Amino acid sequence: MKKDIILAGVGGQGILSIAATIGLAAVESGLFLKQSEVHGMSQRGGDVQSHLRISDKEIASDLIPGGKADMIISVEPMEALRYLPMLSSEGWVITNTKPFINISNYPPINDVLAELDKVSNHISIDADQIANELGSAKSANMVILGAASPFLDIDFKILENAIRFLFKSKGEEVISKNIEALNAGRKFTENKI
Amino acid sequence: MFRFVSIQKIQTIKDINFMQKLLLLGDEAIAQAAIDAGLSGIYAYPGTPSTEITEYVQRSKEARAKNIHSTWSANEKTAAEAALGMSYAGKRTMVCMKHVGLNVAADPFVNSGVTGANGGIIYVIADDPSMHSSQNEQDSRFFGKFALIPILEPSTQQEAYDMVHYGFEMSEKYKTPVMMRITTRLAHSRAGVLRKEPKAQNEIKLPEDLRQFVLLPAIARKRYKLLLNNQELFENESENNFNTYFDGKDKSLGIIACGIAYNYLMECYPDRNIPYPVLKLNQYPMPRKMIQKLVNECDEILVLEDGFPLVEELVKGLLSVGLKVKGRLDGTVPRDGELNPNIVALSLGLVVTAGKNIPELVVGRPPSFCSGCPHADSYNALQDALKPYGAGRVFSDIGCYTLGALKPFEAINSCVDMGASITMAKGAADAGLVPAVAVIGDSTFTHSGMTGLLDAINNKSNITVVILDNGTTGMTGGQSSAAFGKIEDICKGLGVEESHIRVIKPLRNKHDENFKVFEEELAYNGVSVIIPRRECIVTLNKRMREKFSQKK
Ligand SMILES: Cc1ncc(C[n+]2csc(CCOP(=O)(O)OP(=O)(O)O)c2C)c(N)n1
Repeated sequence: MKKDIILAGVGGQGILSIAATIGLAAVESGLFLKQSEVHGMSQRGGDVQSHLRISDKEIASDLIPGGKADMIISVEPMEALRYLPMLSSEGWVITNTKPFINISNYPPINDVLAELDKVSNHISIDADQIANELGSAKSANMVILGAASPFLDIDFKILENAIRFLFKSKGEEVISKNIEALNAGRKFTENKI
Repeated sequence: MFRFVSIQKIQTIKDINFMQKLLLLGDEAIAQAAIDAGLSGIYAYPGTPSTEITEYVQRSKEARAKNIHSTWSANEKTAAEAALGMSYAGKRTMVCMKHVGLNVAADPFVNSGVTGANGGIIYVIADDPSMHSSQNEQDSRFFGKFALIPILEPSTQQEAYDMVHYGFEMSEKYKTPVMMRITTRLAHSRAGVLRKEPKAQNEIKLPEDLRQFVLLPAIARKRYKLLLNNQELFENESENNFNTYFDGKDKSLGIIACGIAYNYLMECYPDRNIPYPVLKLNQYPMPRKMIQKLVNECDEILVLEDGFPLVEELVKGLLSVGLKVKGRLDGTVPRDGELNPNIVALSLGLVVTAGKNIPELVVGRPPSFCSGCPHADSYNALQDALKPYGAGRVFSDIGCYTLGALKPFEAINSCVDMGASITMAKGAADAGLVPAVAVIGDSTFTHSGMTGLLDAINNKSNITVVILDNGTTGMTGGQSSAAFGKIEDICKGLGVEESHIRVIKPLRNKHDENFKVFEEELAYNGVSVIIPRRECIVTLNKRMREKFSQKK
């Protein structure tokens, strides 16, 4: 088993929480893990990415080789497109469709979504809307993780437990909202494939 | 297989099971190793990608229980000197900085090679090839070689952990400082790390020779000879510890893979069987015997190293007589930028799979001021006040405010090294460019702006210095600022006239008053200091969140 995942988004959108959840679930499943993070300059409203590699064998490189990622998980649609050179021809893109517009020259969103439609394996999901409907706007990143979960080869219960662990200090309500969001995302994908 | 454990799970020392792996960033592995190896003090000034080493020690309950010193220093030079003092007193100490920090600390760093150490001392220098968050991509291994001290360059987080233990032992065995060189990818990548049993800290113990650290010429000459004589011993250590020779059947090529370049090499061979002999290079001075063996056995040599072609140049020699060496110098590997698995694959003539191109509509998303950032309001007032004088006279510095170079502000004309704003403005004013303006952050001001301000005062230079006081070291993640609550007193003490030290509050609704202050001080012929003071919006929000969650 080997999953090479590119996590993408804009600084402050919570891709490191997605990384931490998958990472914790992976190690609880007894897998090897390497995860390179973005710190420093690139965080100030700029684009951010993280390489997350999980495998049942020892992992050599901290970086995923270009053209070989199994998955791009993105909390922002244009950011998903930015990393297409990393994706393998059979790889999946799982992305939020809600744009994060903090630049004046953001392309028309319909054109962005049309580009995503050209990717043969993709799940496009309005995670912000689903999270809002659940009454927890902040859990959009967990909706995305849920939508990606069928491709992860990690026991779904272990993912839920990882969320319980990571949000422990925030209280029972936050935990259950995030787990609801995770489940909503998963259901979305299961209905698609 | 060992189970991993998240570091957050560990609440007390009792919780630590040494058979469990910790999931650590490279930086964190180094910090944990130092704590376990009997560290007494870590000294540092923040700088990406080295910051998390010190922050880990600051957060560590074990470190607190062991009373390990970990507060930030004013700059890298003061950090290195304090660490050298701790080494003098016989205790183990670590100094951490980013690569350009070593330029600032170069004086104590190079001279400490000559004084040597007493308690173990390791300099951890974090390089940033590809300049993810730096002004250049200098390779600190050159500095280590320059100072004639041993260098350790880990490939993995586990090696980084193990090397810290070894580094302290070697430092005390040979009474020499040791340098560890890491790069961004290792510093900021997480993997499982297995710990060793913790060691106790050293007792205070003075150097046997109380003149060891007195570099008067007569003593320094002896110490320097000793350092030169030690080179052979250091090389011998390199032959027998962290460097590894792997044989391979196909001798048409021999590969030297330094530090994390080895990981990329392994990645190119999914079954981990590399057909060629490989020297995995993790320790310097270079192991001459191992390199000789590789050269003797192979037709050509390929050098894979992140950073400058240091090993390549040495192996090749100026005239590269009788030996074909491939690497960054002959274009087999790009001359600049960090390595990655595909660059290494191409250098080996392997086929790489290309993903799709980035669709044309994708545009860049450069970093920008946070919404509500005080720096934006300061620049608005400054730029309006500068209009009558024309563009091209604002010398700036390094910090969040450097983002003022980008659109829509395009407000600054320089960013070179920490502190250079004030001194460059002074030089430009000396040349007749008046008024000249310096824009510098509070942390950068106490890092290395104060001495420049003294020069300007002593020369009665016609400059306006803007010290943007957001109360924190913002760019690197909001560490405490040594300048906090002291800026006016420092300026007064250095000799700035009190009537020309002006504190303003950078807010949009105060634009007109602030504009007037800038206007007045730009017109003043002499040194004036304007201090726009408002808390960084990020630290403010964080403080409010914490306050709120405590109330609940
Ligand atoms: C010699 C050196 N040390 C450290 C750094 C890393 N660094 C860049 S900006 C910065 C902090 C600047 O803080 P401050 O001047 O208060 O400005 P702010 O970011 O808060 O606006 C640091 C530590 C560097 N670039 N050079």
